[in-house]
Amino acid sequence: MSNWKTFTKGLIKENPILVLLLGCCPTLATTTSAINGMSMGLATTFVLIMSNLVISLLKNFIPDKVRIPCFIVVIASFVTVVQLVMKAYVPDIYETLGLFIPLIVVNCIVLGRAEAFASKNPVLPSILDGAGMGLGFTFALTVLGAIREILGSGSIFDWRFLPEDASTILIFVLAPGAFIALGYLIAIVNRLKNTK
Amino acid sequence: MAKKESTLVNMLIALMVITIVSGGVLGFVYGLTKPAIDQVEANKNLKAINEVLKTDVEIATTEAKVIEDLTYNLAYDANGDFIGAAVKTYSNNGFGGKVELMVGILKNGYINKVSVLAQAETPGLGANMTNEKWKSQFDGKNPKEFILKVTKDGGNVDAITAATISSRAVSEAIQKAVDGFEANKDQFMKGGNNE
Repeated sequence: MSNWKTFTKGLIKENPILVLLLGCCPTLATTTSAINGMSMGLATTFVLIMSNLVISLLKNFIPDKVRIPCFIVVIASFVTVVQLVMKAYVPDIYETLGLFIPLIVVNCIVLGRAEAFASKNPVLPSILDGAGMGLGFTFALTVLGAIREILGSGSIFDWRFLPEDASTILIFVLAPGAFIALGYLIAIVNRLKNTK
Repeated sequence: MAKKESTLVNMLIALMVITIVSGGVLGFVYGLTKPAIDQVEANKNLKAINEVLKTDVEIATTEAKVIEDLTYNLAYDANGDFIGAAVKTYSNNGFGGKVELMVGILKNGYINKVSVLAQAETPGLGANMTNEKWKSQFDGKNPKEFILKVTKDGGNVDAITAATISSRAVSEAIQKAVDGFEANKDQFMKGGNNE
């Protein structure tokens, strides 16, 4: 597989959320607004790229039987780095995402890519794979967040197009709205893929 | 993948090296971000204190006092007279867990203003507790007359639409601050003049 394909497959063809349905927990929980979804996606992208890079470098050093604990330690370290940096420089976003930042550690996309790709491939493709998957994740979260924010809060990227007290479809910012919106989004993507 | 043979020794070495390096990196990043994080926290606290105790009287000095589980930020004017306390209070009964508030209580026992420090309520519903419009119903209220319970429970607090639980949590937290303030009021009053 060419490097370019390695990068682009995560965007649409193997999009972690819309096609592989991996990492749905943060997807459903943090996409209450476009900006939240995007920040969560970018934080995960950083962790994905860095952990893929390091695991790819270490793949010949790590004995097979302890590979999972090793991967988890590497991933957890990068997540903590993201957490500290966000807490220091973007405290507002950190506060809304809160618990879901540390939970990136157990996001199956990150461990999944480490196990399925980075531990078997050279460094450059691993970085590209992480970047592609991460951006695909970010894309899906941003779209989902935007849909929910438009329908549920009457705003987009915090810019209000409806007055503060307009009645909006509140269910979309609540948990059920996440499932409904994600379901429709996946249906649309499947439809587009099948007509091609 | 060229699978590496797992022996006790190389497993130990691999795990140990990885955890030690990770620990080192984290320590380094922690040291790097610590000042910024402390700054953010301190600013937030200070901003909230000044906001909830904003009256005609200028705050000259503040002093934090922890009694039981609440923090009382006592404010004094230029003459050392007690203005009031910004009480950092909380409720664990929010819809999304803990709700942290800063409640400004003046020396006459009246609530001056309320500020939300941390909450994890539902966006669009309970999270509207941060709205100025909703919070302002507590401004200048005498807690002896204004019952800190939502109207549904027989109090005077106008609940947020579809977020009674969040409104209850806020009321509970404020009540806690008021009770704590009343219990320790005498101690606060003389504190500034005698010291």
